[in-house]
Amino acid sequence: MKINRRAQQRTVEIVSNKKVGAYHHMIFAVGDMALHALPGNFVAISVGGPGSAMVLRRAFAIYRTHDRGNYGGTLELVVAPHGQGSKWLTALPMHATVDMVGPLGTNFGIPTEPVNALLVGGGYGSAPLFGLAELLKDGGSRVDMVLGASSAGKIYAPLEGKRAVNSMTITTDDGSAGTKGQVVSVLPGLIERHNVDIIYSCGPMAMLAAIQDIAAQTGIIHQCAVEESMACGIGVCMTCVVPLRDEAGVIRMSRSCVDGPVMDGANVLWNSGGKIPAGTYGAPNV
Amino acid sequence: MRQMSNFNYSTNFQNAVFPNPIFTASGCAGSGKELAQFFPLGEIGAVVTKSIMVKARSGRPTPRMAETPSGMLNSIGLQGPGIDQFIAEDIPFLQKNGARIVVSIAGESVDDYGSLARRLRGVPGLSALEVNISCPNVENRGQVFACDPIASRSVVEVVRRVLGGELPIIVKLSPDVTDIVAIANEVISAGADGLALINTLLGMVIDVDTMRPKLGGKTGGLSGPAIRPVAVRAIYQVHQAFPKIPILGMGGVASGGDALEMVLAGASGISVGTATFGNPNAVIKIRDELANLLIERGFTTFKEAVGFAHRSENAG
Repeated sequence: MKINRRAQQRTVEIVSNKKVGAYHHMIFAVGDMALHALPGNFVAISVGGPGSAMVLRRAFAIYRTHDRGNYGGTLELVVAPHGQGSKWLTALPMHATVDMVGPLGTNFGIPTEPVNALLVGGGYGSAPLFGLAELLKDGGSRVDMVLGASSAGKIYAPLEGKRAVNSMTITTDDGSAGTKGQVVSVLPGLIERHNVDIIYSCGPMAMLAAIQDIAAQTGIIHQCAVEESMACGIGVCMTCVVPLRDEAGVIRMSRSCVDGPVMDGANVLWNSGGKIPAGTYGAPNV
Repeated sequence: MRQMSNFNYSTNFQNAVFPNPIFTASGCAGSGKELAQFFPLGEIGAVVTKSIMVKARSGRPTPRMAETPSGMLNSIGLQGPGIDQFIAEDIPFLQKNGARIVVSIAGESVDDYGSLARRLRGVPGLSALEVNISCPNVENRGQVFACDPIASRSVVEVVRRVLGGELPIIVKLSPDVTDIVAIANEVISAGADGLALINTLLGMVIDVDTMRPKLGGKTGGLSGPAIRPVAVRAIYQVHQAFPKIPILGMGGVASGGDALEMVLAGASGISVGTATFGNPNAVIKIRDELANLLIERGFTTFKEAVGFAHRSENAG
C-alpha cells in the first residue's frame, strides 16, 4: 500500500475558527487540496509554531471540503482542544497560517448501488461522517446516524448535518442528551428496523471493536476509521500500526496512516491487548 | 540556494561519493517510497534505509510512540520485511528513482550480520552499508552490541570479511555508553570505514493516569532536538580521536544551523530523522539551509568545514 497519491504539503490560512460545544469548528483555505479529499481522509498539521518543543504533527479527520468559495478551496475540521497541540491550534486567530499535509490515508468506500447505511460516530469521531452521509444520500442510499459521547456537550452534530440524514440517534454516557448508554446499545434495534447493509464508523478503538462484534453477528459489512497515535502521518515512522489481515489472509502490523484510517472491520484483529497477535507476519516465535 | 555554482557541496565516505552531505536517517524514511512523493530522492545525499534484518519482523506492540519535550520516544522494534523482500522490492525502487543507497542492517547475532552482508555483497548500486549495532528496541539489552566493545568488534570483523574491501562500512554507535571513543576505536580497528553517531538514547515515559509505562515495549529510543547536544558531543569526541574517519552525524537535526553544528564538530554527512516526521520536506530544507550557512561563512567547499570547531586557538 502506498501513501495517498494526492497528498501535498502546503501553508494554509485559517478563515474561520468557531467554538461549538466542546469543540472548535475550523475552516482552512487549502486551494486544490480540497478537490482531492474524500470522506475518511485526514490531514496532518504541524503545531506550536517555529521553535516549538512539539516535534510531531497532529492528525485530524477531515470534516468536509468545498471546492470553491470566497476563499477558493476550503477544508474543515472539528478539533477537540484536549492536548497541548490541539489547544495551540484552536487558539489561533483568523488569517493565521499553519503547515498542512493532506489529504492522507484511505477513504470510506461508497457502494455503486443505493444501500441502507448506518453511520456511527463517537465524540468528534462524528466529523468525517457528515461528508460521507452527503455522498451516500446523493447516490440514493438511506442514511441513519448514531452519535455517542460522554455527555451532551461532546456530541458534534450541526443542524445541516442532522438534515442530511434520514434519522439521527444520540446516546450519552450520562444521559444528558438522547438515550443513556453507549452507541452499541442502540445498534441492534436500528440494524433490524432499517435493514442495514453497511456500517460506517469512526471513534475510539474500543467502540469500533464493539461495533465489529455486532457487525460480525449480523453479517453486515463494517468500514471503520481507526485511531492509533501517529508521529508522521505519511507512512515512515511505523508507530500507528494495527494488526490487519490482508487479502491473502496474512496478518500484518499495518500503518493506519497508509493502510487506513479506513479499514474493513472484519480484517482488524481487535482487542489484541497490547500484544502482537499470534500468527502475525514476522511475529517472534514464542 | 545562493551561489551554489561556486560552492562544492560534495562529500565522501571513503570511495562512496555523494553530491551533498544530507541523508535520511535509518528508520525515519522507510525505503524512500513515501518521501518520493514530496521530493525526488536523487536530490539528497543518500537514502539510508530502515535497518533490515534476516527475516521478516512484526516489531513491538502499540503504543509505539510518546512525544516528549523537543523529542519523542519510539519502540518500533525493527518492523520490516526481511532481507529477501527488501532486495527484491525496495532496492529496485530506489535505483529506479535515482537515489544513492545506504543500506542499514541489524542482526540478533554476529552470524546474522554475516548473512546480511553476504546477501548484499552482490547487489549492484549500493553506496555504503550502515551496520546498526545499537538499536535500543530489542528484547534483550545484551543484544545491543554497541554497548560491548568485544561484541562490536566481532560484528564489524565478520561484515568486513564477508564484504571484502569494496563497499564502505559505516557503523552506527549508541550514546548509551561510558566511553564512546573506546567503542569507536574497537570498530575502526575491526575495519569500519566510517561511523554513524548517534543512535537514540534509551528512555521511558510513565503515563500518570494509568500509572504504567506508556509504551508497549516499556522502554523506547529518544530522538529529536532534545538529544542534539549529546550527538554534537559524541561527534566532537570521536572526530578528535580519529580525525581521518568520516562521521555520519545525526540526532535531532531540524535546521541548517543544527546540521552546521555537527559538521563543525566533525561530521562529513548528516542524517535527518525525527524532523522528517514533522516535515516531509525537512531533508531538502536542511540541505539548502546548510549550504547557505556555509557560503555565508566563506567556505568554498563543504569539506573545509568538517571539524572546523577543532582548529587551534590561534586560528581564525
